[in-house]
Amino acid sequence: MNPLLLSIAVKHLLARKRQSIVSLSGIVLGVAFFLAISSMMQGSEQDFIKRLVDNSPHITIEDEYRNPRLQPVQQFYTHGAIEVRRVKPETETRGIRGYQQILDYVRKIPGVLASPSLKGQALVSFAGKDVAISLNGIIPSEVKSVSTIESYMKQGSIDDLIANPDGIVLGSELVKKMSLQMNENLTVAATTGQIHTFKIVGIFHTGRADYDEGQAFVTLKRMQSLLNRANRVNTIVVKLADPYQSQAVAAQIEARSGYKSVSWQEASADITSALLIRNVIMYSVVSAVLIVAAFGIYNIISTVVLEKQRDIAILKSMGFHARDIERIFLTQGLVLGFAGCAVGLPLGMIIMVSLMSLEFHIPGNDPIHLPLDWSWYQFAIAGGFAVTAATVAALLPARKASRLHPVDILRGTQ
Amino acid sequence: MSDVIVKTEKLGRQLAGEVPVTLVEDISIEVRSGEFVAITGPSGSGKSSLLYLLGLLDRPTSGRIWLNGIETSTYGEDRLADVRLAELGFVFQSHFLLPEFSALENVMLPMQRLGRLSTADIKARAMDVLTDLGLADQAHKLPKQMSGGQSQRVAIARALANEPRLILADEPTGNLDTKSSATVQEILRHLAREHDRAVVAVTHDPVFAASADRRIVIVDGRIAA
Repeated sequence: MNPLLLSIAVKHLLARKRQSIVSLSGIVLGVAFFLAISSMMQGSEQDFIKRLVDNSPHITIEDEYRNPRLQPVQQFYTHGAIEVRRVKPETETRGIRGYQQILDYVRKIPGVLASPSLKGQALVSFAGKDVAISLNGIIPSEVKSVSTIESYMKQGSIDDLIANPDGIVLGSELVKKMSLQMNENLTVAATTGQIHTFKIVGIFHTGRADYDEGQAFVTLKRMQSLLNRANRVNTIVVKLADPYQSQAVAAQIEARSGYKSVSWQEASADITSALLIRNVIMYSVVSAVLIVAAFGIYNIISTVVLEKQRDIAILKSMGFHARDIERIFLTQGLVLGFAGCAVGLPLGMIIMVSLMSLEFHIPGNDPIHLPLDWSWYQFAIAGGFAVTAATVAALLPARKASRLHPVDILRGTQ
Repeated sequence: MSDVIVKTEKLGRQLAGEVPVTLVEDISIEVRSGEFVAITGPSGSGKSSLLYLLGLLDRPTSGRIWLNGIETSTYGEDRLADVRLAELGFVFQSHFLLPEFSALENVMLPMQRLGRLSTADIKARAMDVLTDLGLADQAHKLPKQMSGGQSQRVAIARALANEPRLILADEPTGNLDTKSSATVQEILRHLAREHDRAVVAVTHDPVFAASADRRIVIVDGRIAA
């Protein structure tokens, strides 16, 4: 930036201190709230997606097909006008056929880990109380690589299911609800009518009440026995080194296996689109604050241009180019924008720290703090938007100033 | 024989519109270095319009202008601005100093824009020019802290900053008292005679006009005498 033009620009602003401060205040508040709100919204979104990615499978291969399977006649006459009525699916044991082959294929994809499981509904009974739960049959040695459940263990470990095949791992809420303790025995009844007694070998606590109350883990073999589904699983859980590759890998697996493979993005499509809409609304609102502030800048620079017409004429007659004049007034916008950032960003940080210190107590969950995104690009977006808004606001009056004809001003016709 | 600094040939300027207005017409003049020329005439006769054309602030609608022997009609706006910066100095009826800048800073402005000297040299030269015009003690004052005569002398110092060969003055004594007017008049005459510069001044003041080497009288946009 030309120091001469900068010094003229700054002197113009300093000559109108009060108006400059009012315009600056608008930018300062705009930047501060833009930063605080944007970082809060982005932080909550990132926190939400992190929880989603960490706690959910990146891909779930389910024992169903995305589209009904074609009948042989339809496969044979691919271009025929065929209507098959009253098709009744074959009665067979539910589950993923040949899951071991599918697992072998999935595990060969680089950066991919997979583990099978068999899920079903069950009734837990203890001391006269019955609670319906989701029972997960897992392979303890594998599940740790595709799930974060081990990190939530309060007592015992998932590995204790290896030492005790009749062991069960329960959530803390269920334990509390049924007044259970470690190493106690309880009865589990499956939907097939089979009943089995399990010993509590571990208790987990994720902080999500519904999960901690409604989920339990046993070994896969025991679950297959309970559901009368030997050598069957109904879910393969897949974890990727890069979760954002899930959609592509899911499509690849589905194309190969035929079974519906759902990526975490697909499973949460409604939530992610809601987040997108939320972001659009949020950026529209906080941008409006800065746009209003930009009008303040437009106002002050237009006033300065109007008041400084004589100075513009003398500078042009002295030999300043039209673009020098434009730059002087654009610089005023830039100075206000940068000064607004210099004060507004630290103010925004103070607001962010205050927001972080707030603690919310939600029944059934651990106390939570607002998650904020402190990444540099939040500051860059807030600062960049403010400087851009200030520059654009200065552009029109600056153009007008540069087009002023000195002779018209000297003659007094403008 | 001294150099011709500015020369015009059949110079004309007409304002377009439903009824075109002729500001100046058929002006052919020459001004040489060391010459102090006064342009006089009744109000609205086109004196200032001629000065703006000579100063390349306005473009003629007919005729041509040579500055230091070079024809200027093909110059673009930026080139004209560069020529004004390096080769011309303007003094107006009102001093037109930038009010936020001190006298010294006002004089430094054209040199800073030209960028041929270091900041220290620019400051030293600005101070020298102010000292030559008896304003050394006013260097750090703002225009509002100076009298009209002092401000007009600062404006002359600013016009001299880049050592132009042609100084154009539009009613430079119009707003001054008799004493200040005489001082400014003496400075301009001195610049022409002692510093070999060409000075063209528009004036209503008969005393000022009488002190010039040559007088050009404009009536209805044409040279009357």
